[in-house]
Parts: sequence; structure tokens; C-alpha cells
Amino acid sequence: MAEYKNVLVFGETADGKLATITAELLGCGRRLADELKENLICILIGEKVADIANSAIASGADKVYVVEDPLLKEYQTDAYLMVMEKAVKEIMPRILLLGQTSIGRDLAPRLAFRLATGLSMDCVELSIDPTTKLLQQIRPVYGGNARAIFTTESFPQMATVRQKAMTPLEPDPSRKGEVVPLKVEIDPAKIRAKVLQTVKEEVVGIKLEDAQTVVAGGRGIGGPEGFKQLEELAKLLKGAVGASRPPCDNKWVPDTIQIGLTGKIVTPELYIAVGISGASQHIAGCSGAKNIVAINKDPEANIFKEARFGVVGDWKQVLPAFTEKVKELLAG
Amino acid sequence: MPNMVVCCKQVIDPEAPPASFKIDPATNKVVPPPGVPPVISPFDEQAVEAALRIKDKHGGKITVISLGNNLLRDVVKKPLSMGADELILLEDPAFEDSDSWSTAYALAMAIKKIGQYDLIFCGRQAADWDAGQVGCGIAEILGIPCVTIAKSVEFMDGKAKVERVIPDGYQVIEVALPAVITVSNELGEARYATLKGIMAAAKKQPIVWKPADIGVSPSEVGTAGRRTKLVKLFQPVKEGKCEFVEADSPAEAGAKLALRLREAKLI
Repeated sequence: MAEYKNVLVFGETADGKLATITAELLGCGRRLADELKENLICILIGEKVADIANSAIASGADKVYVVEDPLLKEYQTDAYLMVMEKAVKEIMPRILLLGQTSIGRDLAPRLAFRLATGLSMDCVELSIDPTTKLLQQIRPVYGGNARAIFTTESFPQMATVRQKAMTPLEPDPSRKGEVVPLKVEIDPAKIRAKVLQTVKEEVVGIKLEDAQTVVAGGRGIGGPEGFKQLEELAKLLKGAVGASRPPCDNKWVPDTIQIGLTGKIVTPELYIAVGISGASQHIAGCSGAKNIVAINKDPEANIFKEARFGVVGDWKQVLPAFTEKVKELLAG
Repeated sequence: MPNMVVCCKQVIDPEAPPASFKIDPATNKVVPPPGVPPVISPFDEQAVEAALRIKDKHGGKITVISLGNNLLRDVVKKPLSMGADELILLEDPAFEDSDSWSTAYALAMAIKKIGQYDLIFCGRQAADWDAGQVGCGIAEILGIPCVTIAKSVEFMDGKAKVERVIPDGYQVIEVALPAVITVSNELGEARYATLKGIMAAAKKQPIVWKPADIGVSPSEVGTAGRRTKLVKLFQPVKEGKCEFVEADSPAEAGAKLALRLREAKLI
């Protein structure tokens, strides 16, 4: 029987380029493959993705499998599942990594059950145990209150990785690698869940994930009106507005600006948390920020444990004066 | 009229104060916070809500399944008081310490025993282990499709139209039934139990199934059926060195904070 070898990364694309998460997975996968003295393989799936293979090589892959088919243009669970089942059976990787993305969240569990192997979702650290050579999968659990280390003794050892948790390599266009087309027959009759339409809710201004400054509001903001003040500040600082879960659940702001475990993960230079208590599930989305500033009337609020600077007080009084002073400093 | 199944997990209340969160390093388990009763995992409550909205419109039957050991009747009966019709408990010491794999397996076998199902609802992930695998796992074991992270579910004859949340909007997905749907918080808040519902739930007795009742051996469920091994559970150390900016009034503190951020070259 052939043995399970090498590290395989499920690649994703964004706007016709290699997705950031894939570069991060390749950075992490390279380190794991080097430790195991094995190869790093990437698989790219889509209608036309061969052009991106070189980016995957520049980002660390030794070999890239390319699966192209018009039926794979958009992610559809059943079609991608067919491709990945066949690919894994052919490649037989020791380790299989996917991103904790919209696709990864859907595809990884389905694939793990189909392959009858174990899987850890949303890992933030991965390493090789020096004695057993098993993949140590570290992930936050209990909404971020705790961390757990898991291992699996079935192969491939599967993990999804949280966005922005791993560092990509500096792309090196002179790196050499092999590009291999892989043919998979897709039976359209087996696609039982069909995407009829994709509705994008356009955001004006800077994308939350890309913003260097994020001004975020929580339950304490009290309603949609308060968020106008946060928008004013964000605009001034050339940043974006985010929110914890309660303002989204209460429809004060769109769901798309939710930051946290089940929302977006942001890693700005400056994160200004206003009226946010700091529930663990929210911290999961902003703990990667370089500097957290918190304004909250409760001195015991959990957010202050994460913050570098804090003001204890009612945001309705603190924020206007803060914004005014910022305006003055930026003008002068 | 659709036959619906909702999988609900009893968990430690995720809203319990973070300071009360403790781990017993000897057992690698979370110590339940004293005085804070467990709850149905919030996404699972919203899964019940999704099923109830379909029942409001189309009628049908909602069967809820909970898995574990020593389940608190007051907690697991909540979906009944919200309007679900029947409660099945997979309750046995053998079901303890399940992982995603052994949970999905036991639930899928129970659903097979129920026999008639058009829609199976789960929360997108449970508030304790946050894995988000069980719904997909049930679908795979039963050989049916699954749509994850739903914010709206519309039932039509033989199929369902689901809005699936994606980072910058949503997708409209049409799925053939039977199917599994995992529900996200974007669906909106779950309804409260009515007094009438609570009275009706009090009279209903849950059906309890043991491993043998769903045709599985104790070695296939719980700890014995795991595919992942928990090596260690621990609390990350927080440094907590916040510099509090203080002044005579909140407004002055606000202005002072701006100056302090300027000094630190953050603005």
C-alpha cells in the first residue's frame, strides 16, 4: 500500500489572483514540509486557474495540481467535493490544509467525513511533534476562552487554518516547481445544491479586512444613530467601521461588518473598540490588531484586558471630544 | 408538509462571565461555572427558529434530537416550549466526550431510525467546541446534500431555497431535499417560549434512545468513536497591561486619549 506523504494545500483564488489565505497556508505548509523533509503541493480548482500556478510556486509550493472545468467556475460543494476526493486519493497527502474561509468551512468537514479521517477547524498554530511526527493542531475553543491541542491518527491529517494566523513567504518568482494538470470527470447530475445567484453587498470606502484603522461599536452604542459618530471618526482616520455581534443581530448595522469568531477577522494597526464589552467570540476577530484602544463605561469589561489604551466612561461623552481632538491634531 | 429534524446541543452558557471560565487540567475538561445553568447552544436555537418559521407557513412536524448524558430536562425541553413537536434524547454514558465524528454518526443513525425527513437543521457550530462539522457530517453519512451558514430557508415542494452567508453578501442556493441546513446568527433571534408552549412542553415526555436503539455499538460513539484526540485543553495567558487615560471629566479623558495616541504615533 502506498504511504501518505507530503503536505497538500487547497488553494483559493480572489479576483483572479492567489488568495491571501492560500499564500498564508503555503507559508505554513512550507515550514511543515521542510520539517518532515517532504514536498509541499498545492491544488488549484476553477474554470481557468493555470495562470495562478506560478504564484503558488513563488509562494512556496514544489508542485501544483491544476483542475479546470467550466462547472468549477464558482464554488459549489458537490462539484468541489468530487474533485478533492479524487485528488486526495491520488496525491495521498500526509497533511491536508484548507483556509477557514467561506469555502473551507463548507468543504473541509464534508471531505473529512467522506475520507473517514479526523479534522480540526480554525487552527491558529500547527507544528510537527518531533517524536510521533504527528501534526499538532492548536485551535481556540469555547468561543476563544480556551485553546485545545488535537492530533489525529488517521490520514490525511486535516486542518483548516484561521485567516491571518500564518505568515506567507516573500514571493520569489525565481523558485522552481512543477505544474500538473489533473482531469476529474464531474457529473452535473450529482450537483444537488446549486448556486442560483451571488448577491454582493457593496461597501463604500475601505474594506474592513484591509483597513489599517478600525473603529468598532458594540451593544453599548445603543442603536443605528450612534454608528454615524463612529463613521465620522473612521472617515477622519481613513479607516473602516466594524461591529461586534449584538449591533448586527439587532440590525443597527449590516451583518457584513461583524467582527468575531463567526464574522470577519481583522488585523489593523489601530482598533478602537467603543461600547464593546469584549466577549471572547468578538476578541477572536480582533486580537490580531497591533493596538487596541477601548472606551467603555464598565471598568471590569473584558475588552480592557486586551487593550493597550483605555478610557473608562460613557462613550457618548468621551467620543465627541476624542473625535474633535483627533480632527485638530490631524489639521495641525 | 415537511418533516423536520433539528439537532440541539446542551452547552455551558457562552454568556457566562469570562472570569468564571475554568479548566480542570487533570481531566482536560471545563468546570461548569457555579450557579450558571447550561443552555441550548445559541446557533441551535436559531436552527429551531428556522424550522418553526417553515412550520408557521407550511405546517409539518419538528422533531428535536439532543445527544449527551445526564441532560437537564428543563434545558433540553426548551425547543418544545418554542413550538417543536417531539424530543428525542440520545442519552447514555457511552455518548459522553464525543467529537464531531462520533456526534454526527450517532445523530445520523438516529435520523435514519426516525426514517422520514425532508429538512435537517443544525446550528452552524456549537458554542463549546466551535468546530462546525456535525451538520456536514450528518449529510455525508446519510448521503444527502448540505447547505451551510444559512440566514434564510424557504421550503418548496421537494426542494429548498437557502440564503448562505458569504463575507461580502450572500448566495442563493437551491437544494434538493432531503438536505441538511446549518443555521447562522444572521437568521435573526429565536422566538421566546410562550406560556402555552411551556405548559405543553411540561406535559411532553422525551423519548430516550440508547446506542442499541439506533443500531450502533458503544464502541462507535462517544470517546470510543472519536477520530480526533484531545491532547491538552488550556487557557491562554493574558498579559492585561492596559494604560488607563484618566481626567476630571469623560470629555477631557477623550481629548487626552487623542493626545496620547498621537504621542504613541498611532494617529
